[in-house]
Amino acid sequence: MTEQQNLIEIRDLRVRFRLDQTQTFDAVKGVSFDIPNHATVALVGESGSGKSVSAMAIMGLLPPESAMILEGSRVMYAGRDLLTEPRESLQRIRGKEISMIFQEPMTSLNPVFTVGDQICEVLRLHMGLGRAQARARAIEVLSEVGIPEPQLRVNSYPHQLSGGQQQRVMIAMAIACEPKLLIADEPTTALDVTIQRQILELLADLKQRRHMSVLFITHDLALVGEIADHVVVMQEGEIRESAPAAEIFQRPRHPYTRALLECRPRLDRRPQRLPVIDDFMRTEGKPAGQQERKRGVTGDDAIILEARNLSKEFRLREGLFGHKAFRAVERVSFTLAKGKTLGLVGESGSGKTTIGLALMRLIDASGGEVLFEGTDLLKLSRRELMPYKRRIQIIFQNPYASLNPRFTVGNILIEPMQIHGIGADLAARSKLAYALLDRVGLGRVAFNKYPHEFSGGQRQRIAIARCLTMKPDVLICDESVSALDVSIQAQVLNLLQDLQDEFRMSYIFISHDLAVVKYMSDQVMVLHDGKLVEMANSDDIYLAPKQEYTRRLLSAIPRGFVPAAA
Amino acid sequence: MSAVIESTAEETRHDSAGPWRAAFRRLRNDRLGMVCVVIVVAYMLIVLASALGLVARDWNREVGVSYANPGFLPHLENLEAESSRNLTAQSKVPPVDLSDIDPLAPYYKELDERTARIKVTEIQRSDTLPFGGDKWGKDIIKKTVKGAEISIFVGFAAALLAAVLGTVFGACAGYFGGRINDLFEWIYNVFTSIPYILLILAFAAVFGKGIVTVIMILGITGWTGIYRLLRAEYLKHREREYVRAADAIGASDMRRMFVQILPNVSHVILVQLSQHVVQFIKAEVILSFLGFGVPVELVSWGTMLAEAQNELVIGKWWQLAAATASMAVLVTAFSLFTDALRDALDPKLKALL
Repeated sequence: MTEQQNLIEIRDLRVRFRLDQTQTFDAVKGVSFDIPNHATVALVGESGSGKSVSAMAIMGLLPPESAMILEGSRVMYAGRDLLTEPRESLQRIRGKEISMIFQEPMTSLNPVFTVGDQICEVLRLHMGLGRAQARARAIEVLSEVGIPEPQLRVNSYPHQLSGGQQQRVMIAMAIACEPKLLIADEPTTALDVTIQRQILELLADLKQRRHMSVLFITHDLALVGEIADHVVVMQEGEIRESAPAAEIFQRPRHPYTRALLECRPRLDRRPQRLPVIDDFMRTEGKPAGQQERKRGVTGDDAIILEARNLSKEFRLREGLFGHKAFRAVERVSFTLAKGKTLGLVGESGSGKTTIGLALMRLIDASGGEVLFEGTDLLKLSRRELMPYKRRIQIIFQNPYASLNPRFTVGNILIEPMQIHGIGADLAARSKLAYALLDRVGLGRVAFNKYPHEFSGGQRQRIAIARCLTMKPDVLICDESVSALDVSIQAQVLNLLQDLQDEFRMSYIFISHDLAVVKYMSDQVMVLHDGKLVEMANSDDIYLAPKQEYTRRLLSAIPRGFVPAAA
Repeated sequence: MSAVIESTAEETRHDSAGPWRAAFRRLRNDRLGMVCVVIVVAYMLIVLASALGLVARDWNREVGVSYANPGFLPHLENLEAESSRNLTAQSKVPPVDLSDIDPLAPYYKELDERTARIKVTEIQRSDTLPFGGDKWGKDIIKKTVKGAEISIFVGFAAALLAAVLGTVFGACAGYFGGRINDLFEWIYNVFTSIPYILLILAFAAVFGKGIVTVIMILGITGWTGIYRLLRAEYLKHREREYVRAADAIGASDMRRMFVQILPNVSHVILVQLSQHVVQFIKAEVILSFLGFGVPVELVSWGTMLAEAQNELVIGKWWQLAAATASMAVLVTAFSLFTDALRDALDPKLKALL
């Protein structure tokens, strides 16, 4: 009986990567878990935890030239070990009985074939269907995954669909052959929060209807609370905790699990500092309780930055001579109080990044005013703008792209000081740079290193230090923590908070992550299609949203584990 | 305090592998690449020695008989040397007495006296030279070394000129876009729409002869390829976040172009530079072969090949062989070195970004 209950049994899986001739790296160190029939198992871990590598090993998709699956590893499926199975029979299983969807739907779909062609290919390959049959079936699965007008959409090319629809097509392709197991590797990470909710609901629904099992891989523990039956928490290639979902969320045993649950900002609480993993590891999972931080503006704060009717149009070429204006930002007005944080939330395409760039004149606004201490920045010449440039700074989303790879960290920090004449000479500037590296928690050894030697979180600290060299009054954080792991995210958020307390900087905090914005912001501004939907103190907006769109956005936030009503 | 800082800086300096050092390490692991480096360096040393006058200073001396045989083929028939020897032998035969009708007859005595006063040193011309001799009996090996000096110098200088032009034009066009881009694209189109050799010949006809002219011609006509690549790189990089970050900290356009972006595209320039060196060495040869190259009093591989055209008909192959072989070895080694350099510098292959 137990044999039949488990669809896949993974035993002592070990994967080793060859880095070069001499060095190897153990990505997965003896992982064992089961995927029962008709159940959702969530594999949760941060980057480098080995979760995706484990899934690739199950699928037999690891690159054979660099990855070795060590002796003694077994992946038992229907009485057979998938790791020793010959290539041909593995290919029959792959795509038919076990299928997979990936994080980036756009890069997973072939851009030169219609979605119908791509689904039909799978069907004809694995099910031996004829052309007409396959097409009929493709339309059927497209309607099953909730694509509107499937008869028309079957002829669409991937770029004609939205991100959410692309992911639905990927899912349609994966379930077309009625697989027993669907492996979903971060299927919603690249999607907006409202779309993420729809995809999660679709997956839960399909699992119910198709009686299949789902292996759901994600870095976000809160996400799996609603859909997972069983949760496996991985860190550094090892399983830290493996338990039913209810237990993981209500009685987490391992400190790491507890840390993952607590690191993420929550909507209902706002501690002075976010707990970080070290706190849990050091105190056996019981960090001291903290005071709540009060947020919000009262109305008598000094205003440092004010935008009035800020607009940005992009002209898109249409036809041979025609132009079409695309309004990325439409008459948005707001004020930023000194020492306070204004959160900008919205889905992709809502214009939040455009506003950030326009405030700094990194792109030219089409209309409106940006008043910085009463001076309209948009009217200044480049020369006149220079002293203001120093005072408004920005930290970008991608810590891998925003640092010049050919500069040492020292050069990166000294350059803005040279440009703005801060510090008397190189020695004074170096001294300040060393001090700032200490302040952001990197240490002096970082000075002569290059950006590629640092992790994502550390690079974001370098970017923060670069801004601090100019002692700005306003710091724009454009999705600055979105690319980071949950635990690293907490550390960087704490750093930003400390710096605000210390230097009384004003922040404009741009993010699609509503929980992070709630934690960081005094005021929140909700944007939709370039228009301001609602702006209020952050507690008010989350407790009592006035607009329908805000309500929809808030209801899409993953709720974590919701215990069944007793 | 500052002493402490400096000491930490010193300590950490060596343990940090920058992109350049990592590239050099990869290059060192490439065995073929290293062999090519050794060959190229050997050529450079020879060129340097020749430029300083340490070797081949006397390449212009006529030390052998006309078309002296190579040392390893001493018994080859040398009709040209024979005939010139016969010519001198014949002149020793006493002339027929024509004094009654010869208007110069009264002056012969005086002329003979003056001739006797001029010292003539009879050079002992050798019949064979290590790798043979040319028409005037010059040593082919020395000539090849001297020719290498000019050819390689021309190749490098012209490639450098082309790289500078291509980089500056490409950076401006790619970075600024708009009207400036249109202007450079227009110039580029004009230059590339004319057949290459025709363009070179047109410039050569206008400028006249000389080494500087050759360098100018090759540089001015050869920047287009580098320009095209650099423009594309700048188009790509100006949208990168680190350039936007530089804008945010207030860096000027020039600073963004040449301090921020240039180090990130320098591998393209370096590879293009070395590819153009090869191309221009060959182009100099073609120019000289066609008679538009270096002046006659100098020697380059191109002029050697031009001479070889007539020699080959009478079976004197050594000048051609020496020039082609030395050029082929250098060009091959340099090309392979360029390949190795590109592999080592390619940011896509390395785990740096």
